[in-house]
This record gives sequence, structure tokens and C-alpha cells, in this order.
Amino acid sequence: MVLSLTLVCLVCSAVLGCVYAVTAAPIKAAEDAKTTASIARVLPAFEGQPSKESVSVDGVDYTYYRAPGAGYAVISTVVGFGGPLTLMVGIGEDGLVCNTVVLSHSETPGLGAKCTSDTHFIDQFKGWDPAQKSLSVRKDGGEVDAITASTITSRAYSAAISQAYVVFKKLTENE
Amino acid sequence: MSKIGLITKGFLKENPTFVLVLGMCPTLATTTSAMNGLEMGLATMFVLILSNIVISLIAPVVPDKVHIPVYIVVIATFVTVLQLLMQAYVPDVYETLGLFIPLIVVNCIVLGRAEAFACKNSVGDSALDGIGIGLGFTASLTVIGIVREILGSGSIFGWKFITGDGVLAFVMAPGAFLVLGYLMVLFNKLAKR
Repeated sequence: MVLSLTLVCLVCSAVLGCVYAVTAAPIKAAEDAKTTASIARVLPAFEGQPSKESVSVDGVDYTYYRAPGAGYAVISTVVGFGGPLTLMVGIGEDGLVCNTVVLSHSETPGLGAKCTSDTHFIDQFKGWDPAQKSLSVRKDGGEVDAITASTITSRAYSAAISQAYVVFKKLTENE
Repeated sequence: MSKIGLITKGFLKENPTFVLVLGMCPTLATTTSAMNGLEMGLATMFVLILSNIVISLIAPVVPDKVHIPVYIVVIATFVTVLQLLMQAYVPDVYETLGLFIPLIVVNCIVLGRAEAFACKNSVGDSALDGIGIGLGFTASLTVIGIVREILGSGSIFGWKFITGDGVLAFVMAPGAFLVLGYLMVLFNKLAKR
């Protein structure tokens, strides 16, 4: 009884080990390709490979990618309506938001989930200057046009961008 | 039972979704669109066929007292293999289905077929049973997905035929229960004839 269970577990672990060894490289390649594609979307064209770094702001660690000559792509996570909302926010060296892309979310399909596809909403942040224009929705007295019926998601999206901007400020003041 | 019967029973007599009512968690959660339903069905079928084959092979030598742990280990292994393969070669699909791929381990259909069929039948028959039940599950999930996608997003397999949104409730959980319930009624009414 013990022997057969042990044997089955051993064989299964061996199989898993082999599959893992074979798939580890393609998995990493797929993840890297996704990150590179996201960085290319949120920052202006740049040369070379962006470097991955991290920084601590107010006790929270943020991962960001630095593309020399183009700016920073900061990964920023906030709480949305359905769970964590993770954005990659590209901020140019001039301090303007270049573009944003949603990395993962659990917003309501058809409502908050539009934050990944609603171009009117996403494109308003292109060239946004967080130092001049308040990053909160109009309902809260800011200047962000919220997605219809998804104020909480829009609020979270804006908060993620402000958070990324705080990280950007910290990164640039050190230099 | 004939070889063809082993495959066709998964669609009608032992349809896992509408007759056996097994595996409801992925059925309700992943059928937001036809494509998602189809992918989830195929993923489950992959695990089902392989676990059926292996379990029918090892069943005679596995002591009765530990047969459930052994089956679970076998199933979990195939699910993890599937997970790694999907992550490596179809990362987009993996991301859509997310948590529901690891959850195939506890899908009642897989352990159910191991217990009810694979451990008592030959390798060939078990493989056919896996294909039959797997295809039945895939077909059911795809049908639910198609109905929910038409009503909820106004599209079929991503091809949109209306502008704007459909009835959003059908993309969310309540719509899943409604569609499943009505399809079950329809299925059983037609099957009784």
C-alpha cells in the first residue's frame, strides 16, 4: 500500500520535473514577450533593452522598467471594483503620461472591464500632465472622464496612474 | 457497449453537463463566450483522456485502500502538465481560463470517470470513454458559451453582429445559471422523445 503510493508519487514527480524542464524556457520567453510588448505600447520608441528595477516608495515596492531616452514604465497595482487592478504606466522623461495598459484585472465584464478596450477612456491619459491636471474623476472634482456606469473602476485606474507618478517623482528626484 | 456507443453516450445518455450535472463550477464560470467554453472543454478532455488511460492501466495493481489518493495524484499530474504546456505555448488562453485550469483536478467528471469507468475497463475502452465524455462536455460548454455570448455580447466566436452591448447579465454569473437551467430543460425534453 505504502509502496504503491510512493511509487506513483515518484513517477508523477519525475514526469512533472521533465515537463517543467522542457517548458521553463518557452514560459519565460512568453512572459518576456508580453512585458516587452507592454513596454513598447506605453513608452515612445526607444533603442536597446529596458532594464528591470525596483524601488520602494512609502514602504511599498514597485517594479519599473527604465528605457534610456524614453522614460519609465511603472507597474502599479490598486484595488478596483472586482479585485486588484494592475496597470503599466509609461511616463516620459518630460513627466507626461505617455500611455497606459492594463496588465491584469478582475472588473465586471461589459462594465468595468471596458477599461481595457474603451479608447475614449484610455486615450484621454495620453500626454496627461499629472502635475497640472488632477487625476480624479469628474464626479470627485477632477478632470478624468469616467467610463459610463463604472466610476469605481475609473477611480482605481486614475489612482493607479497617480501612484505611478509618485514613483516617477521619487525616481527622478534622486537623479 | 459498442465502441461508437462509448463515444456517443457522452453527448446524450451520459452528457456530463445536462444529464450527470457534474463539473458545474467550470461550466458556470468559463462559459462567458463560445471560445472560452470550447477551450475549457478541450482542456478538460485532454486531462480526462490521459487520466482514464493511465488509471485503467494501473487500477489492477493499486491497493483498494489508497486508490483515491493514487487517482488524484495521477489527475493532478496531468493537470499540471497541461498548465505548464498552456502557459508555454498558448499564454493568452491560459490567462483567460486562469484559475479554472488548476481546478480541473477537483472536477467531478475526471475523478468520476476514473471511479465509474476507467478502473473497471480496458485501456482502449477507457480512452474512448474519455473522448466521448470529453467531447460531450466540450459541446455542452460551447453551446452554453454561444448562447451567453449571443445574448450578452451580441457576437458569436468573437464575431460581432450588433453594435454596443447585449444583455450584460448573461455574461455575469446570474446569466450562467439562467442559460444552464433553460438549456437543461430543453435538452431533457428533446432527449426524452
